[in-house]
Amino acid sequence: MNPDLIWRYAPSLISGFGVTILCWGAGAALGLLLGFAIAVLNRLPLPPLRWALRVFVEVFRGTPFLLQLFLLYAGGPSIGLKLNATTAGIVGLGLYSSAYFAEIFRGGFSAVPIGQIEAAVSIGMAPFDTMMRVMLPAALIAAVPSIVNMLIILSKETVVLSIITVPELMYQVQTMAAETFTAFDAIFAMAVFYWLLVETVSRLGSRLEARVTAFLAHEEARA
Amino acid sequence: MKPEVILHSFGYLAQAAATTVAVSFAGIVFGFLIGAAVCAARVSRRDWLKRLGAAYVSVFRGVPLLVQLLFIYYFLAEYGLDVPAIVAAVGGLSLSSAAYQSEILRGALNAVPRGQGEAATALGFGSLDIWRRILMPQALRISTPPLINEFILLLKASSLVSVVGIAELTRVSMNIASQTYRPFEAYLGGGMFYLAINLCLAALGALAERRLAAGSGR
Repeated sequence: MNPDLIWRYAPSLISGFGVTILCWGAGAALGLLLGFAIAVLNRLPLPPLRWALRVFVEVFRGTPFLLQLFLLYAGGPSIGLKLNATTAGIVGLGLYSSAYFAEIFRGGFSAVPIGQIEAAVSIGMAPFDTMMRVMLPAALIAAVPSIVNMLIILSKETVVLSIITVPELMYQVQTMAAETFTAFDAIFAMAVFYWLLVETVSRLGSRLEARVTAFLAHEEARA
Repeated sequence: MKPEVILHSFGYLAQAAATTVAVSFAGIVFGFLIGAAVCAARVSRRDWLKRLGAAYVSVFRGVPLLVQLLFIYYFLAEYGLDVPAIVAAVGGLSLSSAAYQSEILRGALNAVPRGQGEAATALGFGSLDIWRRILMPQALRISTPPLINEFILLLKASSLVSVVGIAELTRVSMNIASQTYRPFEAYLGGGMFYLAINLCLAALGALAERRLAAGSGR
C-alpha cells in the first residue's frame, strides 16, 4: 500500500471516475427512457409490434453486454455507423439496459390495480394522463427496488467499456497498474470509488422509494 | 469462419452448458429462498431484523460477485474452512443473487393493495395463511418479469465461477479457442448456448406469468 502513488495518480483516477459516472448516468437515462417506451408500446393492441419488441428484449437481454458492445463499436462502421468509443459505450449501455428496464416496467404495470385504470378512463382522463398520473406512480411502487438493482448492476457493467478504450475508471486503473506494477493499490482505489457510487445510488434509491410509497405510510398512520 | 469448429466441439460445449445450467439453477433456487427470508426480515415489525436485512442487501449487492467468490473459496480456506469448489460457486451465486431478489420481492409486496391483507385478517385468516394464500401469489405475479431479469443476469454472471476451477461454458469456450486458434467460432458456439438457455428461461417466465395471472382479471 503506497499512499504517495495513489496521490500521484489521483487526477487520472478522478477523471476516470468522472467518465464512469458520465457513461453510467447517460446510459442509464437512455435505458430508462427506451425501456419505458418499450413497456408502454407493448400495451398497444398491435400484435406485430409486440412481437418485434419481444424479439428486441430477448436479444438484448439474452446476449452478453461485451458482445453487443463489440458489434456496435467494431461492427457499426461496416453499416455506416461510426461512433467514438465513449458514445458507443453510452449507446451500448442504453440499449442493453433498456431490455431489462422494459421488463421491470412491464412488471410494475401489472401491479396497478385494474380498478384505478378503469376509474381514470371513466372520468375521462386522456390516455397520456392515465399513463403518467395514474399508472406510472402506481407502477413505480413495485418497480423502484428493481430499478435500483439494475442501476447498481449497470454501474458495475461500465468496466466492460474499458475494453473498447473508453477512458473510464477501470481503464485508468489498468494504466496505473501497468505503469507502476502496483495492482493492489490501483484496485484498492477502484474499490473505494465503486463503493462510493453504489452506496450513493442505494441511498438515493431509498429516498425515491420513500417518496413513491409515501401514501402507504399515510394509510398506516391513519389505521 | 469455420463452422466445423463449433460442430467438432459441440459435445464439450453441451457438457459445459449442462454445468452452467446446474450451477445457475442451484444459485437461483437457494438465492430465491435466502432472498425471500431477507425480504421477510426487511418487512417484519422487529427493528433489529429490518436492520439485519438492510445490512445484508448493502453488503452482498455492494461487493462484486468475483470478490465474494474468491473470498469464499480462498479466504475461508486460510482459516481452516475448506470449501469445495462447487459449494463456493453455488454459495457465491446464491448469496449475491439473494440480495437482488429480496429487493425485487419487497417492491412487489409493497404493490399488493393494503386492503387485501386487512380483508384477510377480517375474515379470520391466520398470518401464515395470509402470507401463503393472499400476499405471496400476488407478489410473485408482479415480480415475475424482474425476477426473470435477475435469473438471466445470474446465468450470465455464472461465467465467473470458473475462477474457483469449475469448467463452465465460458471457460470451456476459452479452452476451445486456445486449442483451435479459432476464438470467433468458439465464442460464437458458447454464446449460442447462452442465448438458448436464456430463451428457455424467458419462456418459463412467460408460462409462470400466465399461470399466476389466472384469476387476477388480466
